[in-house]
Amino acid sequence: MLKTFTKGGVHPAECKYSASSAIENLPLPKKVSIPLAQHIGAPSKPVVQKGDKVKVGDIIAESAGFVSANIHSSVSGTVSKIDNVLDSTGYKKPCVIIDVEGDEWNEKINQSTDLKKEISLTDKEIIQKINQSGIVGLGGATFPSHVKLSIPDGKKIDVLIINGVECEPYLTSDHRLMLEKSEEMLVGIQILMKAVSVNRAIIGIENNKPDAIEHLSGLVKNYPGIEVQALKVKYPQGGEKQLIKALIKREVPSGGLPLDVGAVVHNVGTAFAVYEAVQKNKPLFERVVTVTGKSVKKPSNFMVRIGTPVSELIEAAGGLPEDTGKVISGGPMMGKALNALEVPITKGTSGILILPEEMANRKPENNCIRCAKCVSVCPQGLEPYLLNKLSQLEKNDILEKNGVMDCIECGSCAFTCPAGLPLLDYIRLGKSRVSRIIRSRKQ
Amino acid sequence: MNKLLTVSPSPHVYGDKTVKRLMLDVIIALLPALAFSIYFFGMGAIYVTLTAVVSCLAFEWLIQKYLLKQEPTISDGSAILTGLLLAFNVPTNLPVWIIIIGSLVAIGIGKMSFGGLGNNPFNPALVGRVFLLISFPVQMTSWPVPNGFNTGYTDAVTGATPLGVMKEGIDKGDAVSDIMSQIPSHMEMFYGHMGGSMGEIAALSLLIGFAYLLIRKVITWHIPVSIIATITVFTGILWLINPEANADPLFHLLTGGVLLGAIYMATDYVTSPMSVKGMWIYGIGIGVITVLIRVFGAYPEGVSFAILIMNAFVPLINAYIKPKRFGEEVNNG
Amino acid sequence: MSTTILFTIISLSAIGGGAAIILYFVAQKFKVYEDPRIDQVEEALPGANCGGCGYPGCRGFAEALVKTDDISELNCPVGGNETMSTIAKILGKEVEAREPLVAVVRCSGSPEHRKRVNQYDGASSCAISSSLYAGETDCQYGCLGLGDCVDACDFDAIYMDKKTGLPVVIDDNCTACGACVKACPNDIIELRKKNKKDRKIFVSCINQDKGGIARKACRVACIGCGKCVKVCPFDAITMENFLAYIDPVKCKLCRKCVTECPTGSILEINFPPRKVKEDTKNAKSEPKKVSEKSENNSSTQNK
Repeated sequence: MLKTFTKGGVHPAECKYSASSAIENLPLPKKVSIPLAQHIGAPSKPVVQKGDKVKVGDIIAESAGFVSANIHSSVSGTVSKIDNVLDSTGYKKPCVIIDVEGDEWNEKINQSTDLKKEISLTDKEIIQKINQSGIVGLGGATFPSHVKLSIPDGKKIDVLIINGVECEPYLTSDHRLMLEKSEEMLVGIQILMKAVSVNRAIIGIENNKPDAIEHLSGLVKNYPGIEVQALKVKYPQGGEKQLIKALIKREVPSGGLPLDVGAVVHNVGTAFAVYEAVQKNKPLFERVVTVTGKSVKKPSNFMVRIGTPVSELIEAAGGLPEDTGKVISGGPMMGKALNALEVPITKGTSGILILPEEMANRKPENNCIRCAKCVSVCPQGLEPYLLNKLSQLEKNDILEKNGVMDCIECGSCAFTCPAGLPLLDYIRLGKSRVSRIIRSRKQ
Repeated sequence: MNKLLTVSPSPHVYGDKTVKRLMLDVIIALLPALAFSIYFFGMGAIYVTLTAVVSCLAFEWLIQKYLLKQEPTISDGSAILTGLLLAFNVPTNLPVWIIIIGSLVAIGIGKMSFGGLGNNPFNPALVGRVFLLISFPVQMTSWPVPNGFNTGYTDAVTGATPLGVMKEGIDKGDAVSDIMSQIPSHMEMFYGHMGGSMGEIAALSLLIGFAYLLIRKVITWHIPVSIIATITVFTGILWLINPEANADPLFHLLTGGVLLGAIYMATDYVTSPMSVKGMWIYGIGIGVITVLIRVFGAYPEGVSFAILIMNAFVPLINAYIKPKRFGEEVNNG
Repeated sequence: MSTTILFTIISLSAIGGGAAIILYFVAQKFKVYEDPRIDQVEEALPGANCGGCGYPGCRGFAEALVKTDDISELNCPVGGNETMSTIAKILGKEVEAREPLVAVVRCSGSPEHRKRVNQYDGASSCAISSSLYAGETDCQYGCLGLGDCVDACDFDAIYMDKKTGLPVVIDDNCTACGACVKACPNDIIELRKKNKKDRKIFVSCINQDKGGIARKACRVACIGCGKCVKVCPFDAITMENFLAYIDPVKCKLCRKCVTECPTGSILEINFPPRKVKEDTKNAKSEPKKVSEKSENNSSTQNK
């Protein structure tokens, strides 16, 4: 019996076109634009200026608080300027723009590819190293990892959960990472286990990746404490609350964190980045990005340097298809549609999805027919039709009572709605209004 | 690339259910019952169905275009469905002009006056049917008997329905076992050999439609099962107490509009509750009221009234019965 | 006369009388004392319940007026100075006369001037569009055209021009309640001093990008060149972040800045057409702009 979460969920078509494409290194671009705000929390403060020469791995922006992250250069060259550039948020944001010259790496980085299994740092040193290396959640949330690993007093953790689910259709970067960098990832998991002092880790993998499940199940025999658990294919299994429920049957309370039920969740990509940072002294400056879509000539998984323009990835995947309608950063359920192709890849970009014209537009809108399908698919047990209406009427206090802040913005409701209502658009708007009210209440 | 990039908020892919497709699925689910009825009642069934469907469509179009000055939305199929369900609830010898009045009430008052699809609190087909029952009691209670396919219409041979016979008999004081010999057997009722409206007679065809709706994920099982279970339990208790004064549960399930009501009318999206707990309360309520009207009330049939009464409670149910939220109880594993 | 009818009359009268007595005593016992002046003040208020005063409806505002000692900060923008002075007389308190205000839309980015570079397919709401991205053009400050301001207006004083995709304020109906100002996520609409004959001079742009970038996105953007600042005889224009701003109080409507502006970003509304001068550099931009705008405004005044 495959484990799964019990409430809600939908089954979008998987379309994993790039599942068998091995990770390729994308050739270096001529110029990178590295945004200063690639993570949740305060944007980083630049420590370089126009004209400075940088090497790969040099720090170019510093963390601006506890919930913030360092940013490192992904290329070697000269800093051209620090300017506002259109990025995947849809607005122009401050970025460090570097003209690429060669590929010289910072001397402290260990560039050898042999597996280093011995973990010599203490738990506090590990967390500090992760902080210094600018590691953030690579599942897409980009939450600074050292904050997640700093367990506050009074909370006890007994299990580390590793998210290898990749429930979004089309995306395969985590899948390939699990197949190709398996042992490095497993050592990374051990490092994380040491950092939070647990001796049990579970890797959750959706059942549409049988090769990864089999491969890792064989390898974990040599890694005590780590288990692999196959999960039923259902979106959004990769949501951390749903993952915890499926794997260890605990429900994170409303408004709470996984910490409250004794768990810490990290993505497989983050685990790999932790290995590289702790064992090889390599800060986070590159990541695996899937480029895919029905009309894409060569669906691929690239190892990309942060700050590379999206257009370069699309070129390497066979060029922009003729019938392109929409370009999405991320997956089709939660990804962000881009309004230009020159935007840079950031730490949170898991994939570039190109949808053809016929899939680019929404269904025509009807009245709500009160079919309650949105209620039946909501994994958080909310009532999307009601939250949508309340948000349109700006009834913020009733919205809060009906749990709008519990919404994980997975998109299952809008996916299902037969009347084509823009449910998630208004629920998101309601969330931002209510969170502003909550913040002003705290002051 | 010739056109501009499209930008919109997530999600960017959508499921394949549309309003039109859902309405079409329900219409398809009703086709076996329609076929049976035409086979048993003849042309009357065809005239009634056609009149109801066409007049519902026409009224919806006219009201939307000329009275409300909006774009007509008859292509979503809901008016066709209302017409079909209205036809299933009336005798097949009902004159055309009465059906047209019924359609006007169903669409005009039952649906459009509240704001169109999605805004009506009461099931439109039932609003039409109950209006006709109260306004034209004679024509609405002369039920044709199944006579095989024939071309008769308003001149069809009529007789009382099994439910009518049972009610009269019990009120007179006859023993149930005596009454049972005067009406078709359970098996015959299951296959449709009895008098009644198109929706009452063929239990088998309605159940085939139910299976189709479940497979196509149009409805969930909760409302029909809760109604049928409640009626079974309630009438079962009464029957066990006094088998000669109360008919058995199977009789109650196979006669009258229980199956039609439970599967097709009570499950109407717009007028049914939005949460599973709410659906159970709704179904149990319908079951209880139906049996109360049938056994203790003046009418032989209570399903239409029961559904309309519970429709009135649905906004209350929706306001207080909320689905269980994720993380409401704190588990500690 | 049968006893039935007699009984009926007696019993119903008894019930009615009994209910009346109970209701009278309950009403007396649970009566809430309300200052009668609240009713008087509420009478004087317009009764639109628009919330422009910042209070929940006219009754809420009336209560606040009666309860607050110093009402000089309180104002009903819909009723204006007339209403406030009536209220001041009723309550015996002081009010200040305020300048009447009117809503002004500070963007001229129609498709003619501002090219569309992508198409938006989300829900029809400016708040949703602006939280998603910078909009369908290269100007991330400009009007999104989805009509949140029109939805917010209680007085039918603003409508969306179908050709330009920009909102148009109907000055006669505008009560300066501020609802549209709050609704606009890009802060494009401003309440400015209402002048005689509804004349206005303002910079119809809030783009803060550098001149070259702003101009590339929209032909009539403010490029921050500063010529208007130099030419203003009343020091009414200030420049910040490559964007000029005309102070509505200092501005004396002399129109010098309008002819100086090289992009046509500064608009003059409801002025008589100028005599065409052949020897000025900006002659070609000037008559076209003036007649366009006064044409548009005569059409809106006819509404």
